[in-house]
Amino acid sequence: MSAFGWPELDTLFLHFVSLSLMSIGGAITTVPEMHRFLVVEQVWLSEGQFSNAVALAQAAPGPNVLFVAVLAWTVAMNAAGGTAGGLAAWTLAGASVLASMLGILFPSATLTFFASRWGQRNRERLAVRAFKLGMAPIVVALLVGTGWILAGSHGTWTTHPGAYALTAASGLLVWQGRVHLLWILGAGALAGVMGWV
Amino acid sequence: MSSASAQRPASIGALFWAFSWLALQGFGGVLAVVQRELVEKRHWLTLEEFVEDWAVAQIMPGANVVNLSLIVGDRYFGWKGALAALAGMLTLPLVVVLALTVALSGMPEQGLIQDALRGMGAVSAGLIAGTGLKLMAALRTNAMGKLVCSLLSVLTFIAIALLRLPLIWVLLGLGLPAMGWAYLCLVSQHKGGGA
Repeated sequence: MSAFGWPELDTLFLHFVSLSLMSIGGAITTVPEMHRFLVVEQVWLSEGQFSNAVALAQAAPGPNVLFVAVLAWTVAMNAAGGTAGGLAAWTLAGASVLASMLGILFPSATLTFFASRWGQRNRERLAVRAFKLGMAPIVVALLVGTGWILAGSHGTWTTHPGAYALTAASGLLVWQGRVHLLWILGAGALAGVMGWV
Repeated sequence: MSSASAQRPASIGALFWAFSWLALQGFGGVLAVVQRELVEKRHWLTLEEFVEDWAVAQIMPGANVVNLSLIVGDRYFGWKGALAALAGMLTLPLVVVLALTVALSGMPEQGLIQDALRGMGAVSAGLIAGTGLKLMAALRTNAMGKLVCSLLSVLTFIAIALLRLPLIWVLLGLGLPAMGWAYLCLVSQHKGGGA
């Protein structure tokens, strides 16, 4: 471990580069590896800061991958003495966000871009059509399975039945599509504050 | 084959703002909103096209909705469209989430905010699962037939959610046979269709 600062930006960048191509199924699948690196190995973040960063980015608008930006921002702010650290802290935090987002996104985005172009050019080929047809039921079920796994991120359905019930209810509401997502999310926040999940 | 859908983005700028707008609505994850905006409201993609693009976006490494924005943007305006959609998806939400981080940075590590976030986390899990259920409608027209599609879906769910097998095993163990079967179905359809 070493204290975080400008020289450690490339360590951070390379860490996220190394995870980018492994993040099949989304950046969220590499969370355990990020936790090992940032909290256990480098001790740049506390346990609470790590799980709060992931929870915040999930609830906030935008792709869930933005939790990487929140992690990187918090790492830099920890090292630079928080927002009270002035311009130096803000620039380090900004650079840290850029380095980590570029690291996690650039390799996978480049690969996806060229792979999907190839697929689009060859879309009439039977093999390409078979890939899309064959994968369709699997990726759709994968979403339902991911929802199930995320529902259990704080415990099993026997210890946290409320969380599973809330996940199931909001899943059904989204499926029916009649209630606006914000209402469902607001109800979830309320259930959390009431201590039901 | 359901070919191009009825509508398309008017310009690169329109693409950027469309993705910004849907990303900013994506509390708890963007997928549910992407599907509603692109398929149901703007009609840029049919549900079947959406599932096809989603298959590529999800199987490639990286954030799924980020991959999807690249694919959709590229289809309409080439690499510039891909960059515009990507920038739309990330820029404003990044500013918002960092502003929230700064605003909450003085807060204790345990408390009401964390309780609320935990409840919202359970809902966002439901948003992902519910979108999966919605997309099942696209499987009705799948050439493999309803029975095979249902079987593959159930096996995938068991392997991922209950057995917790690594994704790569599931993709190889179920995905490869599924593609093989789809290939055979397409070949026989081709012959059956004649001409």
